[in-house]
Amino acid sequence: MSTNAHDAYYIPHKAVWPIIGTAGLGTMLAGFANYLNGSAAGSTFMIAGLMIFISMLVGWFTLQANESESGMYNHGVGISYRMGMMWFIFSEIMFFAVFFGTLWYTRNLSMDWLGGIGDGPGRSTHDALWANYEAKWPTNGPGKVGGKEGEFESMGAFGLPFVNTLLLLSSGVTCTWAHHGLLAKNRDQLIKGLMATVSLGFLFVACQAIEYHEAYSEMGLTLGTGIYGSTFFMLTGFHGLHVCIGAIILSVVLFRSWKGHFTPENHFAFEAAAWYWHFVDVVWLGLFIFVYLM
Amino acid sequence: MSAVVAEHDHHDEHHDHGPAKGLVRWLITTNHKDIGTLYLLFALAMFFVGGLMALVIRAELFEPGMQFVNPTFFNSMTTMHALVMVFGAVMPAFVGLANWQIPLMIGAPDMALPRLNNMSFWMLVAGVLLLASTLFMEGGAPACGWTFYPPLVLRDCGHALPFAVFSVHMLGVSSIMGAINIIATILNMRAPKMTLMKMPLFVWTWLITAFLLIAIMPVFAGAVTMLLTDKFFATSFFDAAGGGDPVLYQHIFWFFGHPEVYVMILPTFGVASTIIPVFARKPLFGYSSMVYATASIAFLSFIVWAHHMFTVGMPIAGELYFMYATMLIAIPTGVKVFNWTATMWKGAMTFETPMLFSICFVVLFTMGGLTGLMMSVAPTDFQYHDTYFIVAHFHYTLVPASVFILMAAGYFWLPKWTGNMYDERLARFHFWMSAISVNILFFPQHFLGLAGMPRRIPDYAVQFADWNMVSSIGAFIFGFSQLIFLYIVIKTINGGTGEKVTDEVWEDASKHSLEWTLPSPVPYHTWATPPEEVPSEHF
Repeated sequence: MSTNAHDAYYIPHKAVWPIIGTAGLGTMLAGFANYLNGSAAGSTFMIAGLMIFISMLVGWFTLQANESESGMYNHGVGISYRMGMMWFIFSEIMFFAVFFGTLWYTRNLSMDWLGGIGDGPGRSTHDALWANYEAKWPTNGPGKVGGKEGEFESMGAFGLPFVNTLLLLSSGVTCTWAHHGLLAKNRDQLIKGLMATVSLGFLFVACQAIEYHEAYSEMGLTLGTGIYGSTFFMLTGFHGLHVCIGAIILSVVLFRSWKGHFTPENHFAFEAAAWYWHFVDVVWLGLFIFVYLM
Repeated sequence: MSAVVAEHDHHDEHHDHGPAKGLVRWLITTNHKDIGTLYLLFALAMFFVGGLMALVIRAELFEPGMQFVNPTFFNSMTTMHALVMVFGAVMPAFVGLANWQIPLMIGAPDMALPRLNNMSFWMLVAGVLLLASTLFMEGGAPACGWTFYPPLVLRDCGHALPFAVFSVHMLGVSSIMGAINIIATILNMRAPKMTLMKMPLFVWTWLITAFLLIAIMPVFAGAVTMLLTDKFFATSFFDAAGGGDPVLYQHIFWFFGHPEVYVMILPTFGVASTIIPVFARKPLFGYSSMVYATASIAFLSFIVWAHHMFTVGMPIAGELYFMYATMLIAIPTGVKVFNWTATMWKGAMTFETPMLFSICFVVLFTMGGLTGLMMSVAPTDFQYHDTYFIVAHFHYTLVPASVFILMAAGYFWLPKWTGNMYDERLARFHFWMSAISVNILFFPQHFLGLAGMPRRIPDYAVQFADWNMVSSIGAFIFGFSQLIFLYIVIKTINGGTGEKVTDEVWEDASKHSLEWTLPSPVPYHTWATPPEEVPSEHF
């Protein structure tokens, strides 16, 4: 609604979606908090908030897609969007860094102290409480927290996790192949590449679900299985969530490609989705090395 | 000036560019000035809410023994006072200034991502509402200190914990979105001739602050998420029985927490570096060294976090490393203090209220910084840790530094924003009341801390009685003095002294920065076409 005569930076006016999204997220989190505190109405508010939030996503992204297709975004706007996405991914990297850091700290520092090695703060805990505890990863701690009567199996690397690594790596390849198709104005290649990427993504999630089911039903490995279970499920769980989000984003991009959106010059949404997907991919490589392999 | 405004009104009728009618305007606005105003008014309101909590604390501590509140509520007050002031008042106030000033100062038509800008603000409100709701809940507001240390927080926090955790998530999302917007604006929207090294220092400090925010808010979000799962989903991150470590939480928290205190102080430096040259009628001394010093402080902030944990227990190599690394911060900070002093040196200075607050900031912040240097020495910190000496230290860096500079910024830019002049006599009265009472309030806390009075307690031994009484008297004078500020702000918005200000407002201000070349009051839309020439601090 506001393009100046010259090629001006697009400044939108009067946005309704931000306040709707905020209301949705606030309702959802307040509901979740009430649910955790044992209130019966909590889950209702949670679901209602989630619905509002999803409708905001649909509404806002539809608006953006339409504006983009009607040529309202000039080069400068595109740069702002790209910067926004890059810094958003940086914030996500910092979020994962917390959990990788937690894994490193507990595995290399505090576990040893609990086992009576070194001069860290947990050393006196060893002497006073758990003089028999021997530091050895994987561990569910000196109290043998969780597991089947305190025992559990750790997750090996070569099995489903290795298959998952191959799935995600090849999805990165198909994503790039789709990008080449887009740049070469080959819409067929774009759509096929995206379909392959999305399918591989959801296949990954399915394998992860099977892996989790095995862990819970057979291996005695749950979120509550001491520090190994906590770090394992927190890291792989948040990653799995991000794979789901990434696959949904790519599905939207796929849908838009079907509708004929994107040109070799103007396809920020595709780029952002691809960057996000590669980020999720790299996080997985970190997980595969530090959670499964080592 | 009036011609420009008239032209805009004309423009509005045809293109629907003006604000929406009524209250809805504020819900759906994407205008950086509207959103800046929302941030500033919200921060001002929270400043009084948090201040009221501080007065509850100081009233209880006026005399030894239990007077007014029970100990749990007292602890809730110390916790909520900190959270409200940090996340509700100081940070949003600086984001408000960033919203108003950055586009004006770099010649941009608005922020780079205006819709996101609106969401940043309302997420902040929602986050603070979640937090405030705990005050009315069974078990009360969090009483575990703003740092949320486990295991205390997991055993003691009652129904408040999930609300506090989700509040942190929402505040984090708000800060990250705001910071992304600020970076994109500064890097992408500058007027053609506005090179990075010509930007006003306020813009530079915000660029670096925004980077800090994006790096640390996810870390805090991750930390509180682990608290939530430890409490409700049986994880063992901070439980030694399961192989976790409560000290790990402190490491993560302070990896966030130390850069966080610079999030509050770097924009303070930026505003001071903007105001002092104008009233000294000289260019800022050592512009580029100011930029490099800011960047150095930001870098150092990431590698010094465990100086908050000297008494917690760390390998001795850790204690030594964090001690020496912390001392390094004094170097770039010293550079800044010397630069401000050198800017004033032989300047044709006048002492309007913004300058009074800024000079007071330089002096009192230096004091707060020097006590910080004392605490960086690990062996002596064992004496200071968890005492009122710490309370005195960080309040000196936050109240007569950040808060005073926010007042200075208000007096400095309100005439530009509203076109009205504030009451200079009353403003100076406000300054002197604040400057004197803030020292009555916080200076005695140094003595109390050195004598061994612990922080976060509602009662104390009788030997601490005298200085506590002095401190409380100072607190009430300081608190009520701020009502003068409120009165001045309201009066200035509603016409002020009746004297219309010039475009430049302050003598030769347009030599320093772009916003003073715009009409006063600033029109609703500015820099639709970027300015041809840009001023800088190199004249």
